[in-house]
Amino acid sequence: MKNRIQQTFNDLQAKGEKALIPYIMAGDPSLEVTESLVLTLAEAGADLIELGVPFSDPIADGPVIQQAAERALKSGTTLKKILSTVRSLRTKTHVPLIFMAYYNTILTMGLENFCQQAVSAGVDGVIVPDVPPEESDELCQATKAAGGPVVIFLLAPTSTPPRRKDVIQRTHGFIYYVSLTGITGAQLPDLAQVKKNVQTIQKIGKKPVAVGFGIATPEQAHNVAQFADGVIIGSALVRNIAEHHQDPDFLSRIKTTTVNLKAALR
Amino acid sequence: MPTYPNQRGRFGQFGGMYVPETLMPAIHELDLIYQKIKRDKAFQLEFQTCLKNFVGRPTPLYFAERLTKTLGGAKIYLKREDLCHTGAHKINNTVGQALLTRRMKKKRVIAETGAGQHGVAVATVAAMFGLEAEIYMGTEDMERQSLNVFRMRLLGSKVTGVNAGSRTLKDAISEAMRDWTTNVATTHYLLGSVLGAHPYPMMIRDFQSVIGREARKQILAAEGRLPHCLVACVGGGSNSIGLFYPFVKDTKVKMVGVEAGGLGIESGKHAARFSGGKPGVLHGTMTYLLQDQDGQVNPTHSVSAGLDYPAVGPEHSFYHDTERIHYTSATDQEALAAFDLLSQTEGIIPALESAHAVAEVVKLAPTMKKNQILIMNLSGRGDKDVQQIAEMRGIPL
Repeated sequence: MKNRIQQTFNDLQAKGEKALIPYIMAGDPSLEVTESLVLTLAEAGADLIELGVPFSDPIADGPVIQQAAERALKSGTTLKKILSTVRSLRTKTHVPLIFMAYYNTILTMGLENFCQQAVSAGVDGVIVPDVPPEESDELCQATKAAGGPVVIFLLAPTSTPPRRKDVIQRTHGFIYYVSLTGITGAQLPDLAQVKKNVQTIQKIGKKPVAVGFGIATPEQAHNVAQFADGVIIGSALVRNIAEHHQDPDFLSRIKTTTVNLKAALR
Repeated sequence: MPTYPNQRGRFGQFGGMYVPETLMPAIHELDLIYQKIKRDKAFQLEFQTCLKNFVGRPTPLYFAERLTKTLGGAKIYLKREDLCHTGAHKINNTVGQALLTRRMKKKRVIAETGAGQHGVAVATVAAMFGLEAEIYMGTEDMERQSLNVFRMRLLGSKVTGVNAGSRTLKDAISEAMRDWTTNVATTHYLLGSVLGAHPYPMMIRDFQSVIGREARKQILAAEGRLPHCLVACVGGGSNSIGLFYPFVKDTKVKMVGVEAGGLGIESGKHAARFSGGKPGVLHGTMTYLLQDQDGQVNPTHSVSAGLDYPAVGPEHSFYHDTERIHYTSATDQEALAAFDLLSQTEGIIPALESAHAVAEVVKLAPTMKKNQILIMNLSGRGDKDVQQIAEMRGIPL
């Protein structure tokens, strides 16, 4: 059986569209807001949604997402509570949900336990930024035994050709291509090189490639979507949430932003 | 007896390479180059020459006669790493990695520092080898160690304050890793302890093992036999592994690692990973980690900035679980009392980090026989701590 992630990419391809993948930090500012945000994003055109699991020491993230994690931890967010939120969301939406979690948060729960609970809650994929393929055997065995969630690996501009091949072979959902040599929230680099790398990866594996890091505006999203299969919007959205979550028109504001982003990918 | 780590950087279940994809090629490159220079006679000669002429090695193994008499037990020897250039063992590793940086043709190094000793050692070798250096330091540590901040700047390095999280060593490492991720093509991350992803714990252990190799030779020359016991403080664990490693196969030599007990284990305000931690992954390695039930890293406390870190080198975790090394802790109070004791009985002001090892010697030596030998690693000198201690005692300088 195909998972929801693959199905989504197949459907989009048939429609000639590219995937919009927003990233939000679960529990920032609270899990109640996260729940309404996921529903708003899905309704406004998000094709898949990444939920950040807050961690005290997020080494791959810039200040915007670091601060979001701090707020989420302050509001009492835990992996268990995020899984409950997903259970609740699954009665309302089928949008594919992907966790972005540093390894220690899932390791503490126990890899098998985490995978079983994630599958039963309805989590489709997991990105673990501090687990490269070299260290992924245990995680992959656990996801295989539990029948999910699929492990989504990252490729970076520094990845060597043998590493690209290895990651592509391991991938079941999509490949997360990191647009730049750096951390989240940095400036988007010259797109010519990104394009070249993404096309190389697409040629090797014939698997969907979504590009993240540094993409903030509909125009940037549109430009990246000329060659990528999906676009991940993280820090820009997280900043928007941080600045406006107390505004009365907060959700409609996020909705408008999302509609505009999705329009740029059609 | 197998040697550790294995090719995948594992000490039993500990260690490994838990870093983002962007850094993995650099980690592999470092591993390959290190394997090469480890067997390269020209490199090793260059390293040894630098240790001799620039660092001032070998450091003495000093018989602490008055301390021995005062405690009334084992014969106490101090390995005088405080006499290294820049005042601590940290320089051994920075010389090695600076030579390595030159081999990799990189022009910029970055580093984290807690107490500032590693930062000063990096700033020093950067000046000596003509490298650009940027050192990350938690803003809380910058306050407690303002003298070292000034020293780094005098040496021509850039010191960047880190205001995130607990504003200590842990956050400085996170920020250095982010810099490395961004500038990996031009920059070498000159990590200061036996932490992080493989090959760092192995490479830094090898560079620091000069301490134990010298001590082994020196004690055999002085006493004609091996010591009964080795004592060293354990923050990340580089001075202790440096002393212990060349004795690991001498199974009769006992080894004691001393962690920061802070305000006491029961207070929860400490950095004793083996008294309150469990295995987890932080900063690239699997090791004992002070964390809560959800895997969030706990804040730590120690009077000594250099021991104030929630994880420990993975090789220490391995020796803890295999019981080759015994780990204990000394509280802030015990360390401060030991600081005074060593200053006043031997005329040596120890670093607050090393004072934790002295505190254990105070407990241990009287329980040993007079013909037994104890070697303690005096990893650094206490000049940097004098101001902090005066402030704690309300003495204006």
